[in-house]
Formats: sequence, structure tokens, C-alpha cells
Amino acid sequence: MKKQKTVHHGQQQQLEVQLDNPFELLAEEIVFLILDFLEGNPLDKKSFSLVCKSFHSIERSHRSALRPLRLERLPKILSRYPNAERLDLTLCPRVTDASLSAISSSCGPVLRSIDLSRSRFFSGSGLSRMVAECRNLVEIDLSNATDLRDAGVAVLAAAKNLERLWLRRCKLITDMGVGCIAVGCRKLKLLSLKWCLGVGDLGVELVAVKCNDIRTLDLSYLPISSKCLPSILKLQYLEDLILEGCFGLDNDSLAALEHGCKSLKTLDISSCQNISHVGLSSFLSGTECLKQLTLAHGSPVTAPLATSLKKLFMLQSLKLDGCSVTCSGLKAIGNSCGSLRELSLSKCPGVTDEGFSFLVARQKQLKKLDITCCRRITDFSIDHLTSSCKGLTSLRMESCSLVSKEAFILIGQRCTSLEELDLTDNEVDDEGLKSIGRCSRLTVLKLGICLNFTDKGLSCIGGSCSKLVELDLYRSAGISDSGILAIACSCTNLEMINTSYCNGITDTALIALSKCPRLTTVECRGVPHITSLGLAAIAIGCKQLARLDVKKCSMIDDAGMIPLAHFSQNLQQINLSYTSVTDVGLLSLTSISCLHNITILHHNGLTPSGLAAALLSCGGLAKVKLHVTFKTSLPQALLVHLEARGCVFHWRDKAFQAELDPKSWKLKLEDILP
Amino acid sequence: MEDLKMDDEEALCAETWLRPSSGNSIRQPNQPSFTNFTLSNDQPEWEDPSLLDYGVRIGTSFSKYSFAPDQDGQSLQSNNSNSKRGEVNQQINEVLKIGKAQDWDPRAMLNNLSFLEQKIHQLQDLVHLIVSRKDQILQQSDELAMQQQQLITADLTSIIVQLISTAGSLLPSVKHNLTGPTAMAIGKHRHISEILCNSGLGLDATNISESHGMGPNVANQVEPTGDTAPSHHPLDEPELKEEDDADEGENLPPGSYEILQLEKEEILAPHTHFCTICGKGFKRDANLRMHMRGHGDEYKTPEALAKPNKGNSSEAMLLKRYSCPFAGCKRNKDHKKFQPLKTILCVKNHYKRTHCDKSYICSRCNTKKFSVIADLKTHEKHCGKDKWLCSCGTTFSRKDKLFGHIALFQGHTPAIPLEESRGVEGLLEQGETTGGEKNRIDQSINFSFNTESHNGSRVQNIMDMKGSIDDPSSYLSPINYDSFNEFSRAAFDDPDGGFSFLIPGSCNYGQKNGGQSCYSDL
Repeated sequence: MKKQKTVHHGQQQQLEVQLDNPFELLAEEIVFLILDFLEGNPLDKKSFSLVCKSFHSIERSHRSALRPLRLERLPKILSRYPNAERLDLTLCPRVTDASLSAISSSCGPVLRSIDLSRSRFFSGSGLSRMVAECRNLVEIDLSNATDLRDAGVAVLAAAKNLERLWLRRCKLITDMGVGCIAVGCRKLKLLSLKWCLGVGDLGVELVAVKCNDIRTLDLSYLPISSKCLPSILKLQYLEDLILEGCFGLDNDSLAALEHGCKSLKTLDISSCQNISHVGLSSFLSGTECLKQLTLAHGSPVTAPLATSLKKLFMLQSLKLDGCSVTCSGLKAIGNSCGSLRELSLSKCPGVTDEGFSFLVARQKQLKKLDITCCRRITDFSIDHLTSSCKGLTSLRMESCSLVSKEAFILIGQRCTSLEELDLTDNEVDDEGLKSIGRCSRLTVLKLGICLNFTDKGLSCIGGSCSKLVELDLYRSAGISDSGILAIACSCTNLEMINTSYCNGITDTALIALSKCPRLTTVECRGVPHITSLGLAAIAIGCKQLARLDVKKCSMIDDAGMIPLAHFSQNLQQINLSYTSVTDVGLLSLTSISCLHNITILHHNGLTPSGLAAALLSCGGLAKVKLHVTFKTSLPQALLVHLEARGCVFHWRDKAFQAELDPKSWKLKLEDILP
Repeated sequence: MEDLKMDDEEALCAETWLRPSSGNSIRQPNQPSFTNFTLSNDQPEWEDPSLLDYGVRIGTSFSKYSFAPDQDGQSLQSNNSNSKRGEVNQQINEVLKIGKAQDWDPRAMLNNLSFLEQKIHQLQDLVHLIVSRKDQILQQSDELAMQQQQLITADLTSIIVQLISTAGSLLPSVKHNLTGPTAMAIGKHRHISEILCNSGLGLDATNISESHGMGPNVANQVEPTGDTAPSHHPLDEPELKEEDDADEGENLPPGSYEILQLEKEEILAPHTHFCTICGKGFKRDANLRMHMRGHGDEYKTPEALAKPNKGNSSEAMLLKRYSCPFAGCKRNKDHKKFQPLKTILCVKNHYKRTHCDKSYICSRCNTKKFSVIADLKTHEKHCGKDKWLCSCGTTFSRKDKLFGHIALFQGHTPAIPLEESRGVEGLLEQGETTGGEKNRIDQSINFSFNTESHNGSRVQNIMDMKGSIDDPSSYLSPINYDSFNEFSRAAFDDPDGGFSFLIPGSCNYGQKNGGQSCYSDL
């Protein structure tokens, strides 16, 4: 249109037109850069390409990553985007050999990365066509291809340029298949064999012998012994080694290791219960560059084990989740580790005030600390922590039940750099929150099951922590609309909010939250007063809404579904259980193209035929949770058809439970706890 | 010379239609052409100097047998397709006499050359005959065909022997060797002729005992003529078994032990102990002594039954070690890094495994071949259990061995068993995607080739031999092998993979006529 204008009118007018459309003056590269900023909402790029033909072609040639919602439109999509380098098929659960060969013939050498981790319906022949035609493939994710056998993965050997390969949970492949890959893909830098239960020492050893460029190796839960370790440790560039749950590794065999891996930066030997400090110290000898060590769910953290960390001068991160910890062990960590930045002691029984306060007094550089469920520490520890580690950016202290409300004032006063704070199930009160409000960089705040604070405290947070992205108020009984209002007004960056079981909340709060345009996740289970009106406001205001949980919100009905269907085109996951939504509302939702996960456990107002129509028309469904009665009342052929499309059904038979009020719920919770 | 003998052995085993006992003289024709196109790709003509060189060596080795006890000077021309067996014998003698009798002078050489020409014509005729007979034989009854086959074989043999020995006498430099030990040659020669005459029924007791009596010490006199090109194939190398290497670390100082070297005939003889009365052969001395009791009471005395060397054991015996008669072999006493073999059994196994054709084929897999029957039996115990397969075609009974192999060799990759990959349609079309798959097909072709040659008719074998003389390019030479892709190179490394290509018409000398029976075969 513009060009036509310029042809028909004079020189003067042409200039004016160009000034009206500054894009005419911009080089294509600059428009590409502008386009790169349209990341947030996928629909923005769509709007961009609808502006004019030139924008359309710019967007066409610039888009390099595709995440198609439907497989059947894939040929069209691929012909529209000829420069698609990365193809993420995680939303297409039914990728077959035919689709793979269509992809390979239309993408050809352009394709560099493909993610097939959600599909298991393809076989080796499709893969072999793909690796033959897409010669430049660098990254393949074949996780969860549980039907793939050795012959199927062996074809990957032809992908000579492959650098990153994920084979998680490919349970049927053995050493033979992995051996073929090792021989063929010599450039591999990352290989994940997590849960490949058929792969043992021989396959892993061959990978280590043949693929010398490996940087990251994930061998979690493999039945390997330490026989393959010498070859692995010889890998020149190995930086990241994950040996989680390798039960075959034990002290005796580790003691025989002669040299460590000098390049190793990250080591995860969590859940290796047969490795104690003896094996660990021989394993760690020579790995001076180690920066991160994970020993979660392993043998007890005692003084000798902690002393064996002394050699690791570069160690910055230590994760001991779930290990039983002794006081002397904690003290030894404090003494032997140079300067830890990150420490995780979550669910470690045995963390006491004495050991912990000694530890934090020595480790003044700590930035991240996780003391979730360390139920024996008190204000004493928090006092030492806050006075010594002033630079803390992340503190997770869920269920530290002996910590009193005064301690949270200290946290707010001393650790003002906090960005992440998890106070779930704690005694924090309004005073504490007021103090925490000084942490202006706070982005994640979890206040679930904290019954002692009210709107007043929350308003303080809202007033000062404008960077808040995630707020969890699960079962925080003292909250009402005004608290949420305060948050919604100032925290416009909010992406996730959980107000489940906050009885005091009404539509007003939701209407306020609809002013937060980045909101993607809204959980408000069991809030009896919210209605379709509030939901409609959210739908209109929060265009990026992806996950919505309104379970047990009985006031929500079909009227709320229609605006949702109209405005929330990014909605992926919805829980409508025990609402008043009927066939009509459900059918209207089917216009949301990316919806792939639906949970509807009630059956009032739903008919088998309505449900069947909804399920049929909702093409992208991957997971549907339904009441068990529909298993028999829905036509069997329909279920077969839907399953063939890649949809998985979960059948539940749970009677509706009336909600307890938060206080009695917490009392009940404490009864359950030991 | 020594290595030539080895190759003779191979040819011997390769061609059952020749009698192995007489093979020493017969096997020559195949050899020169074989070595020739191994080393160079020239057309193998008899006048080729390199060939002459071989011929000379053959001649010398043959000169041992050249003393003919009974010569009746029959015309050499009488040799045609239907000649009697006796004539063959005489012809050999005749030729040998020519080879031995005269000192070198150009005129004699001219004579020899014209004689060679004549013989080559005869040979051509004979081969033509064989070709023309090919069809007939197929129609005839097996027995008749066999007999005719044997006749032709004998003729062919004799002519070739003459050719070689005459060719050998052309070079003057070997004259001094011609005066070599004749005593044992008598025995040998008689042995050959005897067998040629008596349609192979029994063994002449005296001959055998004579040749047996030659013993290890006599054998030492046979010296290699020096610069023998090691024509024996690298394929043999991996086949060296632990028994050979058992004494690797022994490190006896040279001279501290006595080196014995058995002749290859002795090594390959099924029996080492023979009854001096009836000629019956035994593998063990004890069995012979038990047998001797039947020949009279004098053999029943305790002295006769006692171990013969028991008395000697008192005197300080020099340590005995054995040398392999094959020149160029590490186990040969002339090798720079000579490593002696400990016992006669070691010698036998070593020689058979390393320098002989592998004539025992596993009946289950039809692939694995062995030269020692015990090895075959060991293999048969676990044959079929070798389920770990490499892309090069090598199978392993243990997975870790396969992975060790793959870790060692570039380009080798585990081959997924067919049953499993069958489900993956279109996999085989993608040749480059799975070298393993593709190679397995190669392998199966290879196998079928083998079986064909096993079952092939004798005529076919003769044709093969002719091919090897006339046209070396009709066979895969090792040079061709080198230009193959890496996978088939792997097959080349593997002793079982490509070996059958190299030996034309390899062996229908299976288990059924292995061992003793080869003597009474004809």
C-alpha cells in the first residue's frame, strides 16, 4: 500500500509518507532487533506479522525457533518459516515417523535442534531419515522415548555434528545402542542417560573413550559401577558430572581411582548411599576446580566427610539436602570450605543451633541458603545468620517452626539484599513483614500457611517490593481484598500469584490483579466468594495467562468461561473441578488452541456427549483428568481416538471434601507431622 | 624355502583332490602365482625372474628327494591324460635326475628350457582336458568321476613337479645344495611314489619308519636359503594362541638348551609312533608298545614295555626346546627374536595354527575355521552363543570383549542383532546411517561365498586353480583389500572374515576326511 502511494504521489509526499512510517527508513537488521524484544506474548509476533506484507516477510525470515501446537499444521508452519533452526515438539505428543520425514524434507540442513521429549510414537526409521537429511543437527532431545530400542537410537550415529543429546528414560536402550552413538557422534558435548536403566559400565565407558569433547554427562540412576569412572575422569573437558542415584558406586571401588578430573566444575553424587567420606575423598582428589558439589540424600555429613572438602579451594556451592548432619560435621564445613556462596541443608535432620551458627559465622559470603524443614533451629541461629551473612539473596526457611516472629524482623533489618524469601509455614507476623518490606529487591515471596499476618503486613510488602514476580499466599487466612489490592497496585511485574483457600478474597481482588499484565499463573482454589465476574476481569486483563486453577470455586460458572475462551489465548492448563461449569462453558474453552491440560473432577452439569464434543474439538489435549464415571459413559472408540491423538486420561474417584478453615487445617497438618 | 613349504601346506589342505602325502611335490604350481600377485601385480609367467627365484628354492628343496632308486628311463612324452600311475613315478625320477645329475653348463640349461616348454604344453593340454571334462563329470556317477579325477590329478601333479624341479636346476648357484642329504630323500621319495602307486591303501612300513627315523636332528640339516620373502599372510598373526605365547617370558640364555626342529611332514603326521612289523601308526608310544605285544612274546617283557627313555633320565639331559620349521616365523630358530617352543605338542599346535590352512569348519556357524581339531571342538561348545557382534563381523561371546574391541578400533561400532532391528523398516536403505547394518550384509555375502566354495565340486576347484595361474586379477588380491573401506579392512584383519578369499577353492577338506582318513582317501 505504502509503495503504491509513493509511486502515485509526488516527491514531497513520498518523504512525508516515509516519515509517517519510520520502519521504511530502518535496515532489516534493526527491525530484527526490534522483533527480538517481542518475546513476552507469543501473540505479539503474530500481530506484528499481520501489520503489512513486509513485516510479514521480516517475521517469516527472522523466526528461528518454533514450538508448534498441532502436528497437522506442521507442513504449513515449516514452509512459512524457512529459517527455523530450533523445533520444539513438546506440545505435539504424537510425532510419528511420517511427521519426522516431513520435517526432515522441509527443514533439511537448516534444522539444528529438535525436541521430541514428549513423544514416543516414532521409531528408528524416522530418526534415521531425519539425521540423514538434517545434517547440521546439533541438539536432539529423545527423552521419554520409552519404546525406542537399540536399533532405533543407533541411527543417531549418523548425526556426525550432534553436540547435545538427551536420552532420559529411554529404558529399552542398552550399551549397544549407546555404543553406536558413541562411535558415531564424536562431537558430543552433552549426553544425558538419566534413567536409561539398560545402560551399564561398558556403554558409558565407550562414550568416555570415543567422545572426548564431552562437557556434561548425566548418568543418574544408571546401574554403573566405578569400572567406567577412570575413563570418565580422563575426559579432558568434562565440567559437569551427574551421578545421582548410582547405587553401584561404593567406597572400595572409588578408593581405587587414581586421578581426578581437573576440569570438573560440577559434581552431583546425591543418593549414592554407598559412598561415605572414604570414597568421597578419593573421588575428590585431583578435582581442584570443583565449584559445585551435591551430596544430597547420601551418607551422614560428619566431620571426616566435611574435612575431605578441604581440598576443594574453589568450592562455591554445597548441597546436602536430606543428609543427616552432625554438629561436628557442620562445624567442619564451616572450617574447611573456603567461601561458600550457596548452601543447602534442606530437610537435614540434625541441624542444630550450635552447629549452624558456627557454620554461618565462618561462611560470611553466603548468598543462597536453604534450611527448609530444619525444625530444630531457633532465633539464635537466625540472629547469627543475619548478622554474619548480610549479602544473602535467597533464603528458604519453610517450616522452621521453632523460629519466633521476632526473628523475621531481624531478617528484614539485616539482609536487605534478599531477592527470594520462602517463609512458608512460619510464625511471621505483620511486624515481620513490615521489616521484610525493606528488601526492595524481593522478587519471590512465599507466605503460604502463615496464619499470623494480615492485610497490613502485606500492604507493607506491596508498598516497597515493587519487583515482586511471585507471591504465594496459600492458606494465609488473614488476607482479604485490601492486601491483594496493595500488591496489585504496586507490583505490576507479578507473574504468579497463589491465593488458594484465602477465604476473605472476592472479585475485587481479582479485578485488581487484572491490572498485572504479566500474570501467567493464577491459583485461587477454594475461594468461595469469587465469581465469573472476577475471572472475566483476569481473562481480559492478563493476556498471558497460561495456568488457571479455580478448583472448588463454586460460584464460577459458564459465564466466566466465555471471556476466558475469548481473551486468554495463551491458556495451557486449567482446573475446573467442583465449579459450576457445564458442557457449555467447557465447549467454549475448546477455542483456546494451546490448551493441553484439563482437570474436571465433578460431574454435575456435565453430560457424556457434551464432554465428548469438548474433548474432540480440543485438538491439543495432552492430559485430561476426569471423574471415573465418565470412563464408562464416554464412548470407548472416542477414548481410543483421543489416546491415539496423544491424550492421556487420568481417572479419579474422589469424593468432594468440604474445606476446613485454615487454622484447623494447620492443626490437622501438625497432627500428621511426627 | 621354508616359507614356501608353508604355503605348500596351505595349498595341500586347500586341495583335497591331491593326496596330502604327495603334496610336497604337487602343490608347487599354485604357490608361485599366489605369491606373485601378492607381492606385485605382474602377470605371472613362468619366466618371471621372481618366479624363477622361487623355482630355484623349490628345486633345492626337492633335490633331497631326487635320488631315484628305480629308474627305467621311460619316455617323458608318454605322459598324457591317461598315463599309468607308475609312469608318474618314473617321470618324477627322470626329472629329478636331470635336476641333480649335471653340473651347470649353458647347453644343459637350454635342454632344460626346452623341456620346460614341452611340459608347459602338456600342462596346457591337461588343463584343457579338465575343462572339457567338467560337464561330463557332473553327469557321471560319483565313483567313476572320482577315479578319473584322481588320474588327472596325478598327471597334473607329475607335470608340475617336473616343471618346478627343472626350473630349479636352471640356476647355477644352487648346485652345492644339490648334494644335500639323500638318505632321507630316498625314503621320502619312495613314500611319495608308493602312495601314488598303491591307490593310497596302506602305508609302506619301511618308508614310513625311514622317514620317521630321520628325527629332529636330521631335520636340522635343512637350512633355509636365506632371503626368503615372508609370503605368509598377516592374517595369521592374530591366530597365535596362548599356547604359543606361553613361554614368552621364559628368557633362557641361548645355548643353555638344545634346539630341535621337526620337519613339517613330521609335524603334520597323524601318528608319530609306528610298528616296525606291521606299520600301524600310533599317536602314543605307550599304545605302540601295547600293540607290539601282539607280535610276539619278546615284546611282552617288562623291559620292552617300560618307557624307553626312563634309563636316560639319570644322565643330565640338556634342556630341549623346539623350533618351527617355517622360516621367518618368530618360533624359527633363525628369527632375530627367536622364542622356542616348549614341547612337541606346542610345535604341532603352533605349526598347524599359524602355518596351515584352517580346514576344520564349524558345522554350526559354517564360518569359523580351525586347523587344530581341538580348537574346533572348543569353539563348537560355545558356538552360537557369540551374540555380541561388531560391525566388522567379528563376534564375541562376551559383551565386554566386544566393547574392548570397539574402543580399540576406529570406526568399528556395535552391531545390533537383526531380530531387533527388523522392526525398524527402511533402516537398511539408509546405508550410511548404520555401517553396522550394511556391513552385516557384506558379512553374509562373505559367508555364502565360503559355503559355496566348501560345497563346490572338485572340478570347480581345479578351475579355481587354473584361474589363479592364468589370471591373478580374477582373485581378490590383498591390494584390493587395502582399498576397501574401513569396515572391510576390519574383515581383513579378522582371520575368519576374509581368509577364504585368499585361498582359491578353500578346502572341502572338512572334518569328514580330516586326520588319518586323508591317507586312504584315494
